[in-house]
Amino acid sequence: MRAYPARTTRHRTAVAAYIIRRVFAAVLLLLVVSAVTFAIFFLVPRLGGQTIDSLAAQYVGKGADPDAIAAIKKNLGLDQPVYLQYWHFVKGIVVGAEYNFGPNPSVCHAPCFGYSFKTHVEVWPEILQRVPVTLSLAVGAAVIWVLSGVAIGVLSALKRGTILDRIAMAVALAGVSLPMFFTGLVSLALFGYHWTIWQNLEFVPFTENPGEWAWNLILPWCTLAFLYSALYARLTRAGMLETMGEDYIRTARAKGLRERQVVVKHGLRAALTPLVTIFGMDFALLLGGAVITETVFSFQGMGQYAITGVKSSDLPIVMGVTLVAAFFIVVCNLLVDLVYAAIDPRVRLS
Amino acid sequence: MSNVRKTDTDTGKGTDTGTGAASGSETAAAKPAGAPADAFLSVRDLRIHFDTDDGLVKSVDGVSFDLKAGQTLGVVGESGSGKSVTSLGIMGLHNSQRARISGQIWLDGEDLVEAGPDRVRELRGHKMAMIFQDPLSALHPYYSVGAQIVEAYRVHNAVDKKTAKKRAIEMLDRVGIPEPARRFHDYPHQFSGGMRQRAMIAMALVNNPELLIADEPTTALDVTVQAQILDLIRDLQKEFHSAVVIITHDLGVVAEIADELLVMYAGRCIERGPAEKVFYQPQHPYTWGLLGSMPRIDREQTDRLVPVKGTPPSLINVPSGCAFHPRCPYADVPKDNITRTERPELRLVTDGHHSACHMSPAERERIWTEEIAPKL
Amino acid sequence: MTEPKKTIPQQGDRGGDQNGARGSGRDTAEPLLKVTGLVKHFPITKGVLKRKVGAVQAVDGLSFDVRPGETLGVVGESGCGKSTMGRLITRLLEPTGGKVEFEGRDITHLSAGAMRPMRRDVQMIFQDPYGSLNPRHTIGGIVGTPFKLQGIEPEGGVKKEVQRLLELVGLSPEHYNRYPHEFSGGQRQRIGIARALALNPKLVVADEPVSALDVSIQAQVVNLLDDLQDELGLTYVIIAHDLSVIRHVSDRIAVMYLGKIVELADRTSLYESPKHPYTKALLSAVPVPDPSRRGGKSDRILLKGDVPSPISPPSGCRFHTRCWKATEVCRTTEPPLIQLAPGHQAACHHPENAPDQAPGAGGAGARETVELAEAKGSTKAEGAKETTEAKASKETEASNGGSGGE
Repeated sequence: MRAYPARTTRHRTAVAAYIIRRVFAAVLLLLVVSAVTFAIFFLVPRLGGQTIDSLAAQYVGKGADPDAIAAIKKNLGLDQPVYLQYWHFVKGIVVGAEYNFGPNPSVCHAPCFGYSFKTHVEVWPEILQRVPVTLSLAVGAAVIWVLSGVAIGVLSALKRGTILDRIAMAVALAGVSLPMFFTGLVSLALFGYHWTIWQNLEFVPFTENPGEWAWNLILPWCTLAFLYSALYARLTRAGMLETMGEDYIRTARAKGLRERQVVVKHGLRAALTPLVTIFGMDFALLLGGAVITETVFSFQGMGQYAITGVKSSDLPIVMGVTLVAAFFIVVCNLLVDLVYAAIDPRVRLS
Repeated sequence: MSNVRKTDTDTGKGTDTGTGAASGSETAAAKPAGAPADAFLSVRDLRIHFDTDDGLVKSVDGVSFDLKAGQTLGVVGESGSGKSVTSLGIMGLHNSQRARISGQIWLDGEDLVEAGPDRVRELRGHKMAMIFQDPLSALHPYYSVGAQIVEAYRVHNAVDKKTAKKRAIEMLDRVGIPEPARRFHDYPHQFSGGMRQRAMIAMALVNNPELLIADEPTTALDVTVQAQILDLIRDLQKEFHSAVVIITHDLGVVAEIADELLVMYAGRCIERGPAEKVFYQPQHPYTWGLLGSMPRIDREQTDRLVPVKGTPPSLINVPSGCAFHPRCPYADVPKDNITRTERPELRLVTDGHHSACHMSPAERERIWTEEIAPKL
Repeated sequence: MTEPKKTIPQQGDRGGDQNGARGSGRDTAEPLLKVTGLVKHFPITKGVLKRKVGAVQAVDGLSFDVRPGETLGVVGESGCGKSTMGRLITRLLEPTGGKVEFEGRDITHLSAGAMRPMRRDVQMIFQDPYGSLNPRHTIGGIVGTPFKLQGIEPEGGVKKEVQRLLELVGLSPEHYNRYPHEFSGGQRQRIGIARALALNPKLVVADEPVSALDVSIQAQVVNLLDDLQDELGLTYVIIAHDLSVIRHVSDRIAVMYLGKIVELADRTSLYESPKHPYTKALLSAVPVPDPSRRGGKSDRILLKGDVPSPISPPSGCRFHTRCWKATEVCRTTEPPLIQLAPGHQAACHHPENAPDQAPGAGGAGARETVELAEAKGSTKAEGAKETTEAKASKETEASNGGSGGE
């Protein structure tokens, strides 16, 4: 007879070891991501025929003289080989860095993602300032879409083929198909200009005024959640239909359980497991910036910042946002795996 | 979704064979007509039909039998013969939106077809319990084996978790699971196939049901484990004096365990009787075919097997008359004034032995002794 | 007994020929398939670096012959390695060790390309008639595939040949353009058989060919396999868990337990007087379709417990943990598969229906030498990493010694 430790100390050490291993892997992954981003930034323009000079010229302005370009090259470190630039970048994150843009050298504390090539503003504080915006947007929308999506999905599955099911699925199809910028703009047009319920939406930090925070976010939350809850309703419905046909559901009924218990305790728990993975990914991606939502509602979040960086070829901004987004994805993935192992006893962390 | 059995009285009534009172009689007698006084389960003209896009599937089309406490009924037939659908029908486990059920199912003086879904739910798992073919998929993968047994116990008994746990461990011990207190916490995937089926049995028997339905309980198991499980079921039946219905395609298994036998074909019962009678004097060409199809472990066979030719019919277009006639080698044997479109009734042959065949008993006797038995 | 001195074994075809020559000294006919010391371990790896932490010893040292025209039945419970064995001898899996020879040619480690011509001669039929047919292809396409793969243009064209095959297995030639889902389980299995027979193989390995089918359909397929063997002179290896089916179809039967053959004998001999306790228990567990035998519990042997894990199989005789006859020697020494009666081999220290074989319990001198040779071979193999060739040759040597002793 094999021995299976249920929830023992051995189990806990195994989980701890697993987490440590995953953290190492995450660091490795972030390094790879940053290297790839770096390479894309520098090597792709090269393939397009640009030289270091023409790259540097972008940051000076029209008709710049060679001296100014040379100065910029030196300042931004563009005159160094790419691997050295990368090395400085990584070093900056770990120990901080010093920059001399003007007459006085300025200190950038770790984690230093450098200064914007364009505005010469430090990247990290900018990101820190924007994370709450994106986080608020993502968390609120996630709560709404999970609750509504799962509820609609379950009802649809249980009432399969009825009018309710058909309407729900039609709406869900619309939600999946309609692009965010369309639903966002329509909702703004209706609620912002036509009925003027929400005007001049702007982000109010939660710590300042929770009421205002929530009120101003309702419209973006709902628009964002509409897209996702439609998807989640369809997934939940499919999962429930499959699960309710399982043998163990029949067993649960054969025990004489009430239908509600059968659905919730035996059906839903199994049907929702695959949703955990998808939710982890969706949520992590949103944390990296809900680009369109932020743009439509003019919220200064990560997505906005990323767009600013991309538009002006501002490497430090692009690098900063990319790494933070990648970090969120890695963390969420780890959480998903842990949650998975907690839900499904067949999953073993190794 | 509820397990309401639809008690449509407007379907499938036209061809009642009249074995019992029509369903829906207001003054419910404790037993249907013709049932033995000590019958614990009496099924009369049970019909279970399903509406599908392709048409009406007559999965069970007029099945009747009686079963006494302490007795075992073996239901044999091939896939699609309606044996599992019958058992799920007795348990009230069909989806009310899809299944149309008519006829009568008398369990200890109560007609389950007439009873409301809530009443049937109360009986389910309590007075009647069921074990299934594949214990791995029949147990919930996310809950420990113990928790699932506890749940089954607490549905029907208002006890605290501790008492229920004690009872569950006791049951695990009773079905022969070593170290039951420790294994209580294990999950189904940590059990071997045989252990899982033992756990299923423990779960089914935790409320001392008077009727146990076992649907292919050993099909997914190895032969040595099968022997253990059959032994266990037999022992437990003796101990609790319950009525057992065992559904299987394996004639060896029923020979081993069943007192009575019911052979199903295309949703109908074509032969029924004491196990010895059905095995030694089978009265239906399909039963002969089943016996001839079976390779024997207990004797050397040099000849070819004698299988039934062809394949089972579609349940949407069941052949008219005897559903077996397109495959029957004796369909052309002359029968007095009986056309092929006439459906044979289940008729008494001898003492408790019924068969649904148009051939005369003498003719069947002759064919069996002269043509079939020597080849087996 | 002219034992050829150990040459460097396995020099491609030549080595195979030599072995074939040695084999023919024993049997009148040269075996079609000869398996020697066949081993398959599935490594269990851990971590990113795929560190090996153990192995599932699915098949662990099988030696047997398949003679032309016979049916070898292989039985055992789930997890005994019988399906793995089937995939090894058809080379769908790469053996970890040992040797597989087909018509005297060593095919143990042939590459996929080198195997292609062999595939014509060795075909496989699978259990699941639903899973093994591509639902998007027509029956004609499925049965005709082997011709395309082998680049063969049969006489009269592929279509005509496929229709002939369909008729051969009891289907109608009109089924040519239909799809698998239009067929019942039994018919699909017939399609699988037609595909296997397309290239006129010599050896057909059938893994649970009838276990997914209903009783009456099962009998039809069993009869079909029988007829095809008579008509086409096929050789079968039929793998099944159903002892009744195996008794009906086989000439000789190998019983497997935890990756080993525990008994190998003619059909009658095996069923009438099983030598290995496991075989005896297995046979006694099969329910007999005869109600008068009911309650004959006395002659039923109920094995206790479950089959142990093939990751860490028991020491000595692998069956000792569940055997009612087990003694100390069973725990420590692995019994070799030796001949206990003509045409009847078993691997047991305390066999049924035969004198005790435990070391020191007496017996023919020749037999003891055999045991020593065997034991030496197997302990070495389990210990230090011995080359598979060496092991294989040792076991061949041992079995040859056995035949000399008779």
